[in-house]
Amino acid sequence: MTLGWMAWTVPTAIFFITIAVILVAMTVWQVVAPSLERRGFLVIPTTPGDRLFVGLLVSGFVHLAWIGLTGASLWIATVISLVWLVVVMRWG
Amino acid sequence: MQKTFDNRAWFLVLPVVLLVAFNALIPLMTVVNYSVQDIFDSTHRLFVGTDWFKEMLRSPRLHNALWRQLIFSGLVLLIEIPLGVLIALMMSKKSGWKTSLTLVLVALPLLIPWNVIGTIWVVFLRPDIGLLGHFIDSVLGISFDYPTVPIEAWISVMLMEVWHWTPLVVLLAYAGLCAIPDAYYQAARIDGASGWAVFRYIQLPKMRGVLTIAILLRFMDSFLIYTEPFVLTGGGPGDSTTFLSIYLVKIALGEFDVGRAGAFSIIYFLIVLAFSYVFYQALQRVGTGEGK
Repeated sequence: MTLGWMAWTVPTAIFFITIAVILVAMTVWQVVAPSLERRGFLVIPTTPGDRLFVGLLVSGFVHLAWIGLTGASLWIATVISLVWLVVVMRWG
Repeated sequence: MQKTFDNRAWFLVLPVVLLVAFNALIPLMTVVNYSVQDIFDSTHRLFVGTDWFKEMLRSPRLHNALWRQLIFSGLVLLIEIPLGVLIALMMSKKSGWKTSLTLVLVALPLLIPWNVIGTIWVVFLRPDIGLLGHFIDSVLGISFDYPTVPIEAWISVMLMEVWHWTPLVVLLAYAGLCAIPDAYYQAARIDGASGWAVFRYIQLPKMRGVLTIAILLRFMDSFLIYTEPFVLTGGGPGDSTTFLSIYLVKIALGEFDVGRAGAFSIIYFLIVLAFSYVFYQALQRVGTGEGK
């Protein structure tokens, strides 16, 4: 079976591998140091998995807004998203 | 007491994970791959980066479809929730064959396949052979031509949607009403509470959980609606009833433009994911006493 029909490209492969690595790392982290729900600035009680989900979802919208509203380099949106991810994981 | 969790239980969901991987994850990855390429055929394709996203995000047709979708879902909630509660309030709470018959009759539209619903309404609204179309046209003397007049197409789609899905709200609200202990009503009678006060301070708060579920279900379902309006109006006249999923299918299958359709799908997916998460959080809090 070939994966030709899936039309893989290097950037999308890197994107999905990164997501998979983050998920595996988070799972290992949870097994090694189990975490409980807590409340941060997101108001709702969240686990690290919830915060990662919110972080990635908002990052997706940041990228879409960047593409739709500005013509500047997409890397700036990626940097903003990374900062947001760190903030939401630590204080969310 | 603090609950403890055994994370090994997650291994029990592995079969589902495998199934989801095949029917959702792999197709989703493929859509992401398509969204960054211009695909000519299985061997010829060109990497275009975020060009399709740029085009779709700035497309007035997509903006219009999104607004249309939000207005449609908003109207659905505004009509179906109060109407469903009203019908549930009028239904008898005593058990017996009359109540059972009413419940079955009310639930009938929910049992009909979605494409058949569209077909039923196509026939129902025809001025020559349709009962409603003929009534409006000949008896009321109002010219009704939903395939060519946008506002009439909207009224037709809304009528069909309300007819199809209000029963779900009725059943949920009715279940909520039946679960209220009689003691509350007795206390209200002793206090001489009016009908409105009973509704406002007893029935409505007690229905909070089921109504939250009804609102979430109806919003998500109407936000993803495709089959019924597609069969009834085909998204027309013009683009007037082209909701998001109808527009997506027009691009993906009508124009066979998988690059644009891929970018659109991801935008649509992110919007649905965001709504779903907000609703999931709201549902998690139903019955826990939070957020009152």
